[in-house]
Amino acid sequence: MNIHEYQAKDLLSKYGVKVPTGKVAFNEEEAVHIVKDLGGERIVVKSQIHAGGRGKGGGIKLVNNPTEVPQVVSELLGMSLVTYQTGHEGKIVKKVLIEEASDIERELYLGMVVDREKQNVVVMASREGGVEIEEVAQKQPEKILKEYITPSVGLLPFQGRRIAYFLGLNGKVVNKAVDFISGLYKLFTEQDCSLAEINPLVITRDGEIIALDAKLNFDENALYRHPEIEKLQDADEEDPTELEAKFWGISYVKLIGNIGCLVNGAGLAMATMDIIKHHGGKPANFLDVGGGANTEQVTQAFKMILSDENVKAIFVNIFGGIMKCDTIALGIIAAAKEVGINVPLVVRLEGTNVELGRKLLSESGLNIETGKDMGEAAEKVVKASV
Amino acid sequence: MSILVNNETTVMVQGITGSTGLFHATQCREYGTKVVGGVTPGKGGTEVEGFPVFNSVVEAVERTKANTSLIFVPAPFAMDSIMEAIDAGIELVVCITEGIPTLDMVSVKNYMHGKNTRLIGPNCPGVITPGEAKVGIMPGYIHKPGRVGIISRSGTLTYEAVWQLTTLGIGQSTCVGIGGDPIIGSNFIEILNLFEKDDATDGIILIGEIGGSAEEEAAEFIKDNLSKPVVAFIAGSTAPKGKRMGHAGAIISGSSGTAKEKQAALERAGVTVIPSPAEMGTTLKEALNLN
Repeated sequence: MNIHEYQAKDLLSKYGVKVPTGKVAFNEEEAVHIVKDLGGERIVVKSQIHAGGRGKGGGIKLVNNPTEVPQVVSELLGMSLVTYQTGHEGKIVKKVLIEEASDIERELYLGMVVDREKQNVVVMASREGGVEIEEVAQKQPEKILKEYITPSVGLLPFQGRRIAYFLGLNGKVVNKAVDFISGLYKLFTEQDCSLAEINPLVITRDGEIIALDAKLNFDENALYRHPEIEKLQDADEEDPTELEAKFWGISYVKLIGNIGCLVNGAGLAMATMDIIKHHGGKPANFLDVGGGANTEQVTQAFKMILSDENVKAIFVNIFGGIMKCDTIALGIIAAAKEVGINVPLVVRLEGTNVELGRKLLSESGLNIETGKDMGEAAEKVVKASV
Repeated sequence: MSILVNNETTVMVQGITGSTGLFHATQCREYGTKVVGGVTPGKGGTEVEGFPVFNSVVEAVERTKANTSLIFVPAPFAMDSIMEAIDAGIELVVCITEGIPTLDMVSVKNYMHGKNTRLIGPNCPGVITPGEAKVGIMPGYIHKPGRVGIISRSGTLTYEAVWQLTTLGIGQSTCVGIGGDPIIGSNFIEILNLFEKDDATDGIILIGEIGGSAEEEAAEFIKDNLSKPVVAFIAGSTAPKGKRMGHAGAIISGSSGTAKEKQAALERAGVTVIPSPAEMGTTLKEALNLN
């Protein structure tokens, strides 16, 4: 789960990690109040959307005269901000973060993730701040320091110092950096982050270390123990169908093709998309109804698929294990009655109670094509979609 | 022979009084697995469906001599259950539970250092040696005893592969679902190594998916260590970047963890990469020159 920069910075402050003074504004009036409270001359106005590359996309403005803030804010609010991460349609800006500008001496990088290979939290640091860390990792891996943290003891001060020295820091700022990194690690582990990225991490001319930008992602599996984090989710940033799917216990991801997919199991659902592509078609979605789906969930799944107007055909691919094929068949029949399926439907059933499932479908009077296996069914649905 | 489980495996079920735990304990027993009891703290001394229930894993091991634990405990309590099984010296722990926080698994892996327990999962269908023991939630009847090993990060896609083989008349030695989470107990390499050493396995189907680099690491290992033919399917060629595809671990971060990278790495290691998931069985058949 992602949150906005301003929310991330609020959390960082709670953990003693220094961020620029500032506040979020939803309109010009609020912006004016915030600027007055800040008092300074140079102000940064930052669009709050869940995407990187906001600066290059024109979503971050430096203002040298506070009186210009309302104008800048009104330009940003409501604009469709296009960055390399938003797609060409962009994202509408609905709030801006107003901050006092920092007097930057150096820009660095600090990040934390769970390393899947080493199976520990890893802290990554680099002097190459403000650029994509992936690019650095690919081209100049020696410019990144990785510190692996033993969970039972946590991040140790010597590791913090090693990072600070690697970043070329010296003097008093080293200790400040150690505190900064420790605070971030504490936040990461206490709040079950999956990613914490401070890019850039800034050293100011007066020797402070500040998170100029902040990105925090959270482990969705752990949200049950962080209700206050879950509340930070911004529905405006999510695909409405994906949110609805989550409510029904279905995994759904929208794609840009025209063949709707209804599958049980995540691996099989991905493989179903792949086999459609393999036969020259384009999947419209990833959809996993889960291992123990009931008739209602199957009906909801059909509704979601049909709400996508690009869908020209539907592929139901079920391997019944715990979930029985007759349950799925009843779900298909119920959905057809309730929502009316007006595009070609190809169903491939296999596994537990398959004969009963097939019988129910063939006696239902519905216009359903079947495939004897996944390959044949995929060919049929691709044909039906063109 | 086979790997991980066989007809001498004795299984206890953690979370046996929950509806899922009890259902699958019964299913495993019906398949012929020696399910000797289970654990639910607070319900020790009772009995469900003929299974004795104990308060702790240590007690269950003492009384039943179980050497394997199958875990269905809900995600918030799963870390504790896995660690309890490790502490009790259980040889093999199979954790079915989905949705365990990643940092809990980091702690579990750290706790396992220097201990002899092997963990399979979490978020997996379990392990089956057809005709001998089913320690998991897979439908038993689709399997057939034989000489092909399967390792997979996915559940239903494993069933698909098994069914394709069985339909072709090809049986399986052992099928291992290693799980779809970012941090899992046993990776491809450890299981590949077991299959390589197993006299009862002639060839292997490896089923991977987007996210992480486990397939690339497996490819490196295969290149230097495997003499048996391996065929592989990688799910998610069509998956978009940055989106979690059902499994917590199935996500392309930035530009790493793509199906393309994994397929290329496996091909370089001499693995036959299967383009269509409908051809897992037939490809394996060709690789083993079976008629």
